[in-house]
This record gives sequence, C-alpha cells and structure tokens, in this order.
Amino acid sequence: MTQTDHSGPLAAGTGAPGRAHITLRTLRTDRWWVQPAITAGVLFSFVIYATWRAFENAYYYATPYLSPFYSPCVAENCAPGSDDLGRLVGDWYPLSPALLILVFPLGFRMTCYYYRKAYYRSFWLSPPACAVAEPHRTYTGETRAPLILQNSHRWFFYAGLVFNVILTWDALLGFRNSDGDWGHMGLGTVVLLTNATLLWLYSLSCHSCRNTFGGRLKHFSKHPIRYRTWTFVSRLNTRHPLFAWLSLFGVALTDFYIRLLATGTISDPTFF
Amino acid sequence: MGYTAKFRVWRGTDEDGALNDYDVDVNEGEVVLDVIHRLQATQAPDLAVRWNCKAGKCGSCSAEINGRPRLLCMTRMNTFDQSETVTVTPLRAFPVIRDLVTNVSFNYQKAREVPSFTPPPDLKAGDYRMQQIDVERSQEFRKCIECFLCQDTCHVIRDHEENKPVFAGPRFFIRIAELDMHPLDTLERKHSAQEDYGLGYCNITKCCTEVCPEGIHITDNAIIPMKERVVDAKYDPAFGLFRVLRARSKSTKTMNEQADRAWSLLCSVEAGDVDYASVRSDVEDAMRQAKGVASTGTVLASLEALDHFEAGRLDEAAAEAQASLSWHRSAQERSDAWVTLARVYDAQERPTATVEAIENARRHWPDNPRLRHFGGDERRP
Ligand code: SF4
Ligand code: SF4
Ligand code: FES
Ligand code: FES
Repeated sequence: MTQTDHSGPLAAGTGAPGRAHITLRTLRTDRWWVQPAITAGVLFSFVIYATWRAFENAYYYATPYLSPFYSPCVAENCAPGSDDLGRLVGDWYPLSPALLILVFPLGFRMTCYYYRKAYYRSFWLSPPACAVAEPHRTYTGETRAPLILQNSHRWFFYAGLVFNVILTWDALLGFRNSDGDWGHMGLGTVVLLTNATLLWLYSLSCHSCRNTFGGRLKHFSKHPIRYRTWTFVSRLNTRHPLFAWLSLFGVALTDFYIRLLATGTISDPTFF
Repeated sequence: MGYTAKFRVWRGTDEDGALNDYDVDVNEGEVVLDVIHRLQATQAPDLAVRWNCKAGKCGSCSAEINGRPRLLCMTRMNTFDQSETVTVTPLRAFPVIRDLVTNVSFNYQKAREVPSFTPPPDLKAGDYRMQQIDVERSQEFRKCIECFLCQDTCHVIRDHEENKPVFAGPRFFIRIAELDMHPLDTLERKHSAQEDYGLGYCNITKCCTEVCPEGIHITDNAIIPMKERVVDAKYDPAFGLFRVLRARSKSTKTMNEQADRAWSLLCSVEAGDVDYASVRSDVEDAMRQAKGVASTGTVLASLEALDHFEAGRLDEAAAEAQASLSWHRSAQERSDAWVTLARVYDAQERPTATVEAIENARRHWPDNPRLRHFGGDERRP
C-alpha cells in the first residue's frame, strides 16, 4: 500500500475542507491537454493571420474577387472597384478599411457559445479540461462585466446576417470576368461561394438563431411553422462547432487565395 | 479471459485518507463495480461504496475513475488496458463520508429551492391537453437519474467551494429549463434562473454534458436555451419592444371590439329598437372587457357618457361627455359627445343649450347618424 503525499498544498478548489484529501490537480490519465492545446494553437494562428491581413491594407481585391476581411469596403482608400456599397466613410479615415468592419464578425465569433467554450478552455483554462482543476483562485463566470456582455451575442448574430448577405453578393459578383462582363466563372467564384455557404451554415446553426426561430416558444403545437423551422435549425445546431471551424478556415483560406491572386503569385483558373 | 488488474482506491474519511494499491482479479464482461465488490469480498471488507441497481439507473454509484466522474456500474473493465492502473476515488466536489461514499446533500438542498411545476390555478387535473411536441424538450430532461456527476464535474463549484450558495448547478438548470419549456407551467423562471440560481456562472464549457450517463444535452438543450431566454427577458430591447407592441396591439384590438359592441347596443337603444334593460348586462360585460385593457380611463369616455344617459344618470353622462370633448381630437368622437350632451340638456329641458349642442355636433360631423334622433331639424329637438 502506498500513501499519498500530503505535504504539498492542496489543489485549488477540490481541496476544500471535508472533501477527499487528494493533492493532485487531476487524476486523469489520458492526454487531456491535447484538445485545448490544438484549439489554442489554431485560434492563435488565425488571430495572427487575421491581424496581419487586416493591417496589411493591400492585396485584398483581385478583380472581381473581394476578400471577406475587407468586405464591405467602405473607406475612401478602398482599392478601385472593391467598394460596391459605396465609400461611406470620409477621407479623414487613413487606416485599413478592414478595421472598420472587423468588429462585427469578430464580435460575432467572440460571443458565440461554441467559441466561448473553446477559448475559456484553451486560453483561460477555466477549466482546461473536465475534472482538471483550473488555476484561478476566484471565479464569477459570466455574471459581471466584462463577461456579462456575452449576452449581446444575438446582436452580433443579426449583424452577421447582414454580412452574410453582403458576402453572398460578393460571391455573385464573382460571376464576372476581370473586365466586368457577366456570365463568367473561375476558381475564385467557387471559393467565394463556398465561403458564403459555410458562413450561412455557421449563422443558421447559431444558438441565438435557434432561440429566435422557435426556441423561445412554450407551446410548439400552436406554432407549427416555427416548430418546423426550429427543428431544422436544431438539426444544424448539433453541428455548430463543425461549422464554426469550417467557416473560420473558409474565411482565412478565401482571403489567402485572393491574396495569391492579388500579388500575382498565381492566376485564377477560369471555367468560362 | 480473466486477469489480475492493478487498482488504486481512495480510502479514508473527511479527516484524512490516501490512495491504496490493490491487485484484484477481473473476469470477462465485468464492470468496475464488480471489481470493487470483489475487493470488498476478498481484501477490504470495510471498503465503503454506495450502489443499488447495477444498471445505470439509480444514480447511486457515482465516483471518479482515472480522474473522470463516472458510474462504477457502467464503466466496463475492457475499456482499460490490462496493464493500466485503475484509480477509483470518491466524487471530489462533495464532502466525503468514507472511502467512495460522499455526502451529496448539497444537491437535495438545491432541489428543494426550485419551485415545482405550477399549472394555472383553475386548471383541473383532467383538463390537461397537450401534444407530444409540446413536452418533447422537457422529456429529455426527465431522463435524469440524479447521479450528480454533472454537479461533481462542474468547475464552478468543483474548483470554487465559495460558489456553492449562489449556484444551483447543471442538474437544476435542466430542471428549470424543463419547467420553463412546459406549456402549462406559469411561473416566471427566467429572471430567477439568473438572479437566484446562478445561471450566469456557467461558462458553457460543457463538462456536465460530457459526463452525463443519460446523454442529456445539458448545455445545448437546457443551459444555452435558458441563457437565451434570459436575454429575451432582460437584455434584448428590440424583442422587449416587439412584445410590448404586440401585447398593446392585441389589447387595443380587444378594446375596440368590445367598445364597438357596447356602442352599437346603446345606439339601438337610442334609436328605440330595444330597451335599455334588455341589453344592459351585455353592455356592462362589453364595457368591463374594454375597460380591462384600456390604457387610460378617458379613451372610453364618450361610450360611458351614452351608457350613463341611457341608464338615466344625467349628471354622470354630462361629465363623461365633457371629458370626452376635452380628450378626443377626432371630429366624429366630438360630434358624438355633443349629441349625448344635447340629449342630456334636452332631458333637463334646457332648449338653448340643446340647440347649441346640436349645432356643435353637426359642425364636427354633419352626417352623424345619431342626429336623426333630433328629426334632422337642429332647431327643434
Ligand atoms: S457547462 Fe456550465 S454547468 Fe455545465 S459543467 Fe460547464 S460551467 Fe458547469
Ligand atoms: S443530468 Fe445527467 S449527469 Fe446530471 S444528475 Fe442527471 S443523469 Fe446525472
Ligand atoms: S454563432 Fe455560435 S452560438 Fe451563435
Ligand atoms: S448502481 Fe445504480 S447507477 Fe450504478
């Protein structure tokens, strides 16, 4: 028989008086840290890439394709042809047009129930994995500022829908050639369409969407159409984490593809 | 095929305790609880363990196996490598009583704090009628076996004993969701979910869902929907406004319908088609309903004036008609108020005032059908 060592300090929380005296932070034997480590790595890479691209302020438009990081492009200094909503912001604004709009998709993802889980676990280690003690001495969750602002998620969801419409429009504009004539299509068109589709799937599978379409009802049988919509959204909702990742990669890869075109590294294969 | 497994089992009390190593035989098809029972039978007769159904249905045998909250009776031995040491400890979020047995009364305390199902008071037991789709969501939560593994794994209280008083825990969030989604439950549970039961402490990291032996989607189907309902109730001005407007327009509709009903009954009294006594209770009923949803006491003034007049209360009729005149901007309503006043003055035998009132009524609305009452001749009532 071996005795556990009681000399060290008790692990956070689970060492509260009356509980079984076990000093280890966790007794898990599986590699519980792999998942949060991968999540942290991927999210961090995305943030680095997105920040660099947002500040780069170049190579975001390769006629007729506009990068999702820069759409809608509303600043005075937008690349020619990229401003299909008009240059709504005056010429006093000197910075990258991406910075004007990034708050919406960023806010949408930051307040997303799935991403919250992902970054609370992987960045904030709260908790890093189930039944692994977190390092924080106190915890108040989402009960006070700033985290109580997570309740604004639905506003970003509404804004996200507007962005989806714009990005879908961008994809349709991709059916032009570089001279602006309609009825053409290239690999970029496919890339933009895929990106828009993934964004729609991500938005429609959102928990706020599920609540809006029927989740808030008490009496489904009185609202048969909303019940059916809710059922459909619920089915998508079970795959929300998947769509969250796919659409994140989608946005980054779409932007990267357009950068390759804009820098002239490759040229867009045209189908017709 | 049997083999000898290495087990480490926590033994002790709330005072002190330690992990103890044992070598114990395992037969094919066994679960961890079988092995714990063999330990009791062969090497550790005083080992305390709580169990009951051995079928994953009573929720008694909750413990932690290799650091993960699990049911002892539902964890098969063949999920471990034969060379692996299997570590078994009591639940680590609750006070230990002895060995693998913990005191889970925290959960019973929390259970008592959630108000039970509250149907409308006038609903009799035999009158419950609802469809399957109305209770489907709640039924998922009824699968709960109260093993409290979700409560044990939730870091809000597992890692922070100080949160126990303010946090009910995932098992009770599904209970609150079950009732809030029930078509017949009448209690307000959204504000209390956040303010009394600590819903905001949950950061939706989903460990409760991961450990639930019943596979209940605690986070996706109960906690997040409840968080969204809290936003509906507390943080969504657009939705709040929408609800107010919809309730307004609904009650405005009721008010207009009932006021019209009362008005046309009174007009037929005025025209001499029926007498007041025969429609009185209908008029009263319609007026009560209209007043019940009216936003102010004055919107129904001209209706009340006519009612007072037909009931013979001349002074009240005059007062309401005056109130209507000072309140209503629409020409037709003013004309109607003047007609009622004309009738009051006529009944009081004040011919000058009567003629004046009729003139006013005609000025506002020359075609007011009620003027026929005065024979179309404004000078001669
Ligand atoms: S999702 Fe919420 S309730 Fe469930 S374990 Fe995590 S913090 Fe606790
Ligand atoms: S919700 Fe699941 S884990 Fe929690 S007590 Fe019920 S059955 Fe156990
Ligand atoms: S976008 Fe993830 S929950 Fe709304
Ligand atoms: S003994 Fe009943 S659930 Fe394990």
